Amino acid sequence: MREYSCFDILGPIMVGPSSSHTAGAVRLGRLARSIIGGLPEEVEILLHGSFAQTYRGHGTDLALIGGLLGFNTNDVRIRDSFSFAQSVGLKFRFISTDLGDGFHPNTVKFIVFTKNQEKLTITGSSIGGGNVVITEINGYEIKLKGDLPTIITTHQDVPGVISRVSGVLANYKINIAFMRVFRKEKRKLAQMIVETDEQVPQEIIEEILKLEPIVNVRFIEPA
Amino acid sequence: MNYISFGVITVHFRSVKELIHEAEKRSIKLSAVIKEMEVEVQEYSLEQIEQRMLEQWYVMKESAHIGLKEPKKSMGGLIGGEGKKLNEYRRGTKTLAGQEINKAVSRALAVAEVNASMGKIVAAPTAGSCGILPGVLLTVQEEFNIPDKEIVDALFTASGLGIIIAQRASISGAEGGCQAECGAAAAMAAAALVEVRGGSPAQAGHACAIALKNVLGLVCDPVAGLVEVPCAKRNALGASLALVVADMALAGIESVIPVDEVIISMGEVGRALPESLRETAQGGLANTPTGKELNEKFLRKCVCQS
Repeated sequence: MREYSCFDILGPIMVGPSSSHTAGAVRLGRLARSIIGGLPEEVEILLHGSFAQTYRGHGTDLALIGGLLGFNTNDVRIRDSFSFAQSVGLKFRFISTDLGDGFHPNTVKFIVFTKNQEKLTITGSSIGGGNVVITEINGYEIKLKGDLPTIITTHQDVPGVISRVSGVLANYKINIAFMRVFRKEKRKLAQMIVETDEQVPQEIIEEILKLEPIVNVRFIEPA
Repeated sequence: MNYISFGVITVHFRSVKELIHEAEKRSIKLSAVIKEMEVEVQEYSLEQIEQRMLEQWYVMKESAHIGLKEPKKSMGGLIGGEGKKLNEYRRGTKTLAGQEINKAVSRALAVAEVNASMGKIVAAPTAGSCGILPGVLLTVQEEFNIPDKEIVDALFTASGLGIIIAQRASISGAEGGCQAECGAAAAMAAAALVEVRGGSPAQAGHACAIALKNVLGLVCDPVAGLVEVPCAKRNALGASLALVVADMALAGIESVIPVDEVIISMGEVGRALPESLRETAQGGLANTPTGKELNEKFLRKCVCQS
């Protein structure tokens, strides 16, 4: 059972019409942008369940693109986000689909092509009242609420990585709120999600990236 | 202790009963317990969280004001101006439901209309149900000359109960139908009203329970998938219901079924609803001949515009 703040229940201050289908969609778009590390070149957006059925009437499509453009949930430009996307050259396509059982009714899957021709997949759900959770990045199952600063590493699955990363954070007096490590196969590539109480400046991210077993680090701003 | 400790992890109250017990034991308001909990869990100061809630209250007031003064047609074109219409009707007239209810309902409609036209609102707990809390609290503020500070407290009471409803049932129409959105909002608003009028924490719990009991099974069936029909008018229902059950609780009427059991039941009923009645726009009013016709009209409009 998750912990709610009073402001998860009353709030956010947002542009309507739907907290789950508009505000939640903006936040999912913003988190995807943060995971990608900026504006993608091209994105295919798969909509599942209620998102697939009713996205147009709730402006879910406008909201997801608004989020990818970096707009906030209370930004009145959301209703014109398609024309903003066009002006910055973002190519996008919406596809209504069925991702299968076990997905929340308000689920979206982004298939992203970055400016460096990297392909990424990101899946997330809008779980009510504007709250969201990212459940998958590149085939790895995760659980990311996006309300705390988050570091995601990809690293060699060797002993000592966790203590080295947490050591760097400890040196800068950054407190770890939640942490999870997972992998697909033993002794190959693994991933670690570290949610922190404090903001993590770029130089710390770079210091973590310099650690020998680390392959990649993403820093995700709360959305 | 304003929280339960399991080892190193501190958690929120898990039931309304625990919340009420804590408030009664210390002879403080529910909002005081909830504010302590918020400060503890979120690590912000009391002043910070009160200020943040006050800012949300200002946005609520503004949205009601805009909706009554300059109503706009909604995105889908199905609603707009109903709040203003009711507000003008009730002025200087003896009405069937009385001044307070009609004032609250006209504001609830107005805020719902602002939301449907992509204007700025506060989700309470969701955007689809955003008219209920501002509708009743603005009215009670005017009728009884209540300062903003006390309204802010009432908003904390509402959100504290909302937290438990979210954890034990749902606040999402896609999961639990309209009972989880407008129903939850009415239940939260009823408890807030009881506190504002000096009722006991237990009475706030009864108001919350009675409100929720009266909307059990309410489906989410938005015509054309828009947050317009019947959403705005269900905000009207929620606002009037909150006022009525708050009066009942203040009069000493109790809910036979305890509030926590009502909340859990709401969650169970929500899960038992077919998907067609959980925000998919496939059943209920969305599936009536007129609902389907409006849906086709709206889709045609979308195709023409794109």
